[in-house]
Amino acid sequence: MADVKAAPAAPARTGWDRSRALSWLQDYGVYASVALLLVFNAVFTPHYLEAGNFRTQLVQVAPIVIVSLGMALVIGTEGVDLSVGSVMSLSAAMLTLYLGYGLVPALLVALLGGAASGAVGGAMVAFLGVQPIVATLALLVGLRGLANVLVPQLKEFRDPGLLELGGGSVGGVPYVVLVAAAVTVAVGFAMRRTTFGRRLVAIGGNRRAGELSGLPVKRVLVLVYVVSGVLAALAGVLSTARIQAADPTSLGLLMELSAITAVVVGGTPLTGGRVRVAGTVMGALLMQLLTSTLTKHDLPSSWTQMVQAVIILGAVYAARQRVTR
Amino acid sequence: MAAPPPDPPLIQATGIVKRFPGVLALDGVSFELRAGQAHALVGENGAGKSTLLKVLTGVYRPDAGELRVAGAPAAFGSPVDAQRAGVQAIHQEIGLVPLMSVARNLLLGREPRTRLGLIDVRALHRRAEELLRPYGVEVDVRRPLRSFGVGTQQMVALARAVSVDARVVVMDEPTSSLEPREVDTLFGVIGGLLEQGIAVVYVSHRMDELFRVCESVTVLRDGRLVHTGPLADLDRLRLVSLMLGRDMAEVRAEGLTRFSGEHGSGDHGRAADTPVLEARGLTVRHRIADVSVTVRPGEVVGLGGLLGSGRTETAKAIAGALPLDAGTVAVAGRALRRPTAASTTRAGVALLPEDRKAEGIVPALSIRENIALAALPALSRAGLVSDARIDRVVDVFMKRLRIKASSVHQPAGELSGGNQQKVLLARWLATGPKVLLLDEPTRGIDVGAKAEVQALIEELAGEGLGVLLISSDLEELVEGSDRVLVLRDGAVAAELSGGEVTEHGVLAAIAAEGED
Repeated sequence: MADVKAAPAAPARTGWDRSRALSWLQDYGVYASVALLLVFNAVFTPHYLEAGNFRTQLVQVAPIVIVSLGMALVIGTEGVDLSVGSVMSLSAAMLTLYLGYGLVPALLVALLGGAASGAVGGAMVAFLGVQPIVATLALLVGLRGLANVLVPQLKEFRDPGLLELGGGSVGGVPYVVLVAAAVTVAVGFAMRRTTFGRRLVAIGGNRRAGELSGLPVKRVLVLVYVVSGVLAALAGVLSTARIQAADPTSLGLLMELSAITAVVVGGTPLTGGRVRVAGTVMGALLMQLLTSTLTKHDLPSSWTQMVQAVIILGAVYAARQRVTR
Repeated sequence: MAAPPPDPPLIQATGIVKRFPGVLALDGVSFELRAGQAHALVGENGAGKSTLLKVLTGVYRPDAGELRVAGAPAAFGSPVDAQRAGVQAIHQEIGLVPLMSVARNLLLGREPRTRLGLIDVRALHRRAEELLRPYGVEVDVRRPLRSFGVGTQQMVALARAVSVDARVVVMDEPTSSLEPREVDTLFGVIGGLLEQGIAVVYVSHRMDELFRVCESVTVLRDGRLVHTGPLADLDRLRLVSLMLGRDMAEVRAEGLTRFSGEHGSGDHGRAADTPVLEARGLTVRHRIADVSVTVRPGEVVGLGGLLGSGRTETAKAIAGALPLDAGTVAVAGRALRRPTAASTTRAGVALLPEDRKAEGIVPALSIRENIALAALPALSRAGLVSDARIDRVVDVFMKRLRIKASSVHQPAGELSGGNQQKVLLARWLATGPKVLLLDEPTRGIDVGAKAEVQALIEELAGEGLGVLLISSDLEELVEGSDRVLVLRDGAVAAELSGGEVTEHGVLAAIAAEGED
């Protein structure tokens, strides 16, 4: 071990311990926090451990989880996707417009819309060298407008298939939650077992090295944004199914911020090169639990926001320590 | 030498030692600079030039040794301390604010004020124009700095440095992006500075400039002081051999490298074989012009020359990492149209880059992931990675290259330089390449790893790979190569083969022509 590590010249003992503690915090802090909140609620919140409560929480968090997983992939490449909320509203609009052709075609068209938006954003980033934040900001603005043009106002509808998708469940587990779980498993698998996942983190970790190693850097980048777009569209479809109405004006508003929060709190560094799938899911859960806990104890939502801010800062601080170590 | 002048040297550094993890960057280096003197600081990569400059300008604190400025002991805690003592660096990446006007840049932090304490814009512009006049720069000082060329920006930086009472100005490759006319202006300005008693530390790889500008020279190599004294005492050949560590008189009969040192002998490198690599007329604007390289199976072709002569650019152009303006690349007889890194990799070209950290290693990923990176297509089916196959390949190369690590899951960023280099070699060998382009494969790695890498290069060539070997280590270049191409100023200056492949032959080719 001695000649293996390029050990920094013996920093002060306390400093080393602190950086280790922070690194532990980045890796497992989110799990510990979720566990802590669950224990707190089990003791202090009445009726918390009932199945109905968990079901509600999970149904609420499912779309955020789905979007966050796509966001985690984009952030893994040192990028960011601000367009996810608008893609959700676009998918809601397209779903409504094509529902006349049947549920499955409408779903496909909605997801395709998400893929196309992602392809546009990814192409801007990969081929034109536009900064991710700018490219997806343009989409954030433009796609919300497009969705509003397609469906100018809130449009309710009754479709039995969609109703089932949004409200149904199998064995007590809502479909929406099942879909989120399936997406989690799929993204986890992609990161661990596919060339796409391996290349993604390599490009995020050192893009120049990826290029010189002959990796299809541009193709991977475009694909990452396409995945993020499809997942956002999926979340849009599920949300629409749940409320039985297309609401392009407000659906997915500020979703990009919730997703980034979940990713960061989950321990994925904004500097790229690492994607934490389970951590991201936990990050989304943590924020959800926090909101519900404070609400159940009759604290105003402004309190929730302030506590969230502290958690975000803590997560970013822990990550910063790791980079500068 | 004449009797020492009565006043103490402006800068006197004695026995400076600077250590970095795993590297001794400066090993007891001494350096002396007198007022009104232009002093050349030369050495190849890793010689310790930039470390010494950073010690002089307060960026690094030396681990040992003494630094005196104008006779008084100095301990710079930061660049600001150094600047207060009158030591200013003019960097290639000039430390100015591109979006602010020239005038604001010149007088940043000491703008003339009106009675109300506001910036007196009219006085600001007048002062700025006065400051710039001696530098032959006539520009509208109200325009943002970035709207001017590099030459003008450099002059502004210089004017700023001198106007804040710099007594020592450090210039690191000041002409690298200047036009010839701007170079002349710069040299005129340097002459003026010297007359004012300002001392200049001049770092450059361009021999002509050194001899034109500088009075004395300090040569560093591998962190040690090799030579210091008046430049007039040296000729080009002597200076080059000092930089490359080759004293003509003491070239050893037998070297210390692990190469057997046979040139063109054995059964490899016969003219009849189809070349594994044939590059013709490679041209990249401002970098290389009409460079042709042929490598046959089992042959090691050396690429020699000083830093900045176009060696790295040649390798990158072949590997598709630098877009070609003209020229063709053929691998094993198959021409590549518009080579890209991806297409050359598929064709069997492997480039081990000079800058391991920036262009090779993905530090956060494990050794295993780093090794598997380029060979992923072969280690997967339908986009699904086969862990078993990766483990097999990684295991083979961990053993063959003797990579030392706590486990294959250790992040590659934590490895020592030598082991990182081996990981990169493994990454490329896993792709089953036909040609290896090795850019300084043994620089900055410890002696043991160096010998191992050298032995491996010979072994790989023995197996029929073609190798293009770039090295600043003359001994390595000469003993490792069957043939040597010498580059100078981006063009092939000489091709040496058979008995011509000697250290003297390479040195003479590098130093030639400029003797006028």
